[in-house]
Amino acid sequence: MALQIIDPGFLTLTQDLGRFGQHHLGLTTGGPMDPFAFRFANRLVDNQANSVALEITMGGFKAVATQDMCVAVTGAKVDVSVDGKRQPQWRTLYIKNGQKIELAYAVKGCRIYLSVAGGFDIKKQFDSASAVVREGIGGINGGKLESGAELKLKKRNSLNQAWYLPESYIPNYGNHAVLRVIPGYQEKHFSRHQQRRFFYHDFRISDLADRMGYRLQGPKIECDINGILSEGICLGAIQIPADGQPIVLMNDRQTIGGYPKIGSVLSLDLAKLSQLTPGATVNFEPISIDHAHNLLHLADHKFKQIELKPCLLEANHERGFDV
Amino acid sequence: MNIHVAGENALIVYVGDQVSPEVTQNILHLCQQLRPYVGRELIDLVPSYASVLVIFDPLKIDHLAVRKWIRFAYESHFNSHSDDQRRLVRLPVYYAGPDLQRVAEHKSLSSDEVVERHSSQSYQVYAIGFAPGFAYLGELDESLVMPRLDTPRKRVPKGAVAIADRQTAVYPKQSPGGWNLIGYCPIPMFEPEEQPPMPVQSGDLVQFYAIDEQTFFDMGGELPKGEIA
Repeated sequence: MALQIIDPGFLTLTQDLGRFGQHHLGLTTGGPMDPFAFRFANRLVDNQANSVALEITMGGFKAVATQDMCVAVTGAKVDVSVDGKRQPQWRTLYIKNGQKIELAYAVKGCRIYLSVAGGFDIKKQFDSASAVVREGIGGINGGKLESGAELKLKKRNSLNQAWYLPESYIPNYGNHAVLRVIPGYQEKHFSRHQQRRFFYHDFRISDLADRMGYRLQGPKIECDINGILSEGICLGAIQIPADGQPIVLMNDRQTIGGYPKIGSVLSLDLAKLSQLTPGATVNFEPISIDHAHNLLHLADHKFKQIELKPCLLEANHERGFDV
Repeated sequence: MNIHVAGENALIVYVGDQVSPEVTQNILHLCQQLRPYVGRELIDLVPSYASVLVIFDPLKIDHLAVRKWIRFAYESHFNSHSDDQRRLVRLPVYYAGPDLQRVAEHKSLSSDEVVERHSSQSYQVYAIGFAPGFAYLGELDESLVMPRLDTPRKRVPKGAVAIADRQTAVYPKQSPGGWNLIGYCPIPMFEPEEQPPMPVQSGDLVQFYAIDEQTFFDMGGELPKGEIA
């Protein structure tokens, strides 16, 4: 009784909100690259915020339900079908035992989230089920999901109400993002001129962009030091190595490192960055830490205010199914 | 001590700009003082050579309050006299690494002398990172300072004891790496299912001692199969 993976696509990982308080062992945080889409995936099936869902990168995913279940698909725009029939995203879907759910390739954005009512039953390691492939920690044997994997559901959750997120709240993933930066770390080692270059130019996302870091290409940013004593790296830190090409450090970053950093990207904008694919562009905008805190509080408030709308719980457009 | 903004939810505390025993002690104390708040207002701490990254929850506390906490924690330490509470962890090493001979030749020493110098002092755990369980130990005797390999190895075996610059370390699992491999340690450095998962923690002292091949196997050590390329 589970969701059985037929084809995991390019990269599918189990994720909860992440692994915290374990940096002293060298463990990174992991967690969903786009927490907004992840949280809504869970909300749409009445789950706790930290329930385990799937992060599917790029799509190309196929699975079969071996029990009745309620699911939701959020994040990157992708064709979703159940037994070949098109289904909406950002809405509770009802899948019957034996039905096949398929995701095509993402057409806008690249991180897709699939939740099930109750959440997936994955053993936690260091308080989290988030899979970090580089560390071999979390998920199923610390790796990405393979064909044939059986994902058990935490419990049979009896939803009697389906929900959808109104269109106006659904993020529109584009080809450019403005990344707000809190200047910090070694910012003083970047001259005014270099800071201007950094904040006045667009950067292109290179092919080397993964859950650990996004390498960007643009004008060479120079720093008056080459390296520093290795020190802790926070989420979103922008490392500038000797080649002057920035690397934005993401969820699976290593916990310490010795490259100079000009500052860190606001987490709300990291979610947008993580939905961009190589070739897309970004530009940076400086903000103060106080402004950042205001934005985080506002976003948290807005998130809590967004109300899902009730709709009918249907399977294949047949009405009257109760879970 | 200097406190700088690192990001929306992190401050970096520079306790010094160089590694020294005093800096190390202060880092240790700062972490001890702040550790009880991890999981509450604080999310995590990352101690390193001369700094501590203090990660907090910006929805629960702002950076100004965290700065105050840090100063308070730091100063409370100066008012109290602290004993050296560092643990000494002894780790066995079978000194048969593929680079031992090359290191010896490079330093005009015999391989026995390299072993003697590597195992005759204790090392501070300065930082844990790079990979789960990877502890940066220092400072290596000046006479053993070696540059990193020009081309890092794709696969350094689990348990490899390595040196580079003035640092030494044990690889917790097979991974890429450019350090010089001088031996193998049979004690696992990271076991996710064990409590604690690591034999050492930041601030501990580590001393290596030489064992022979038989003892290495008796202790559960495994040598890599085939050549290490």
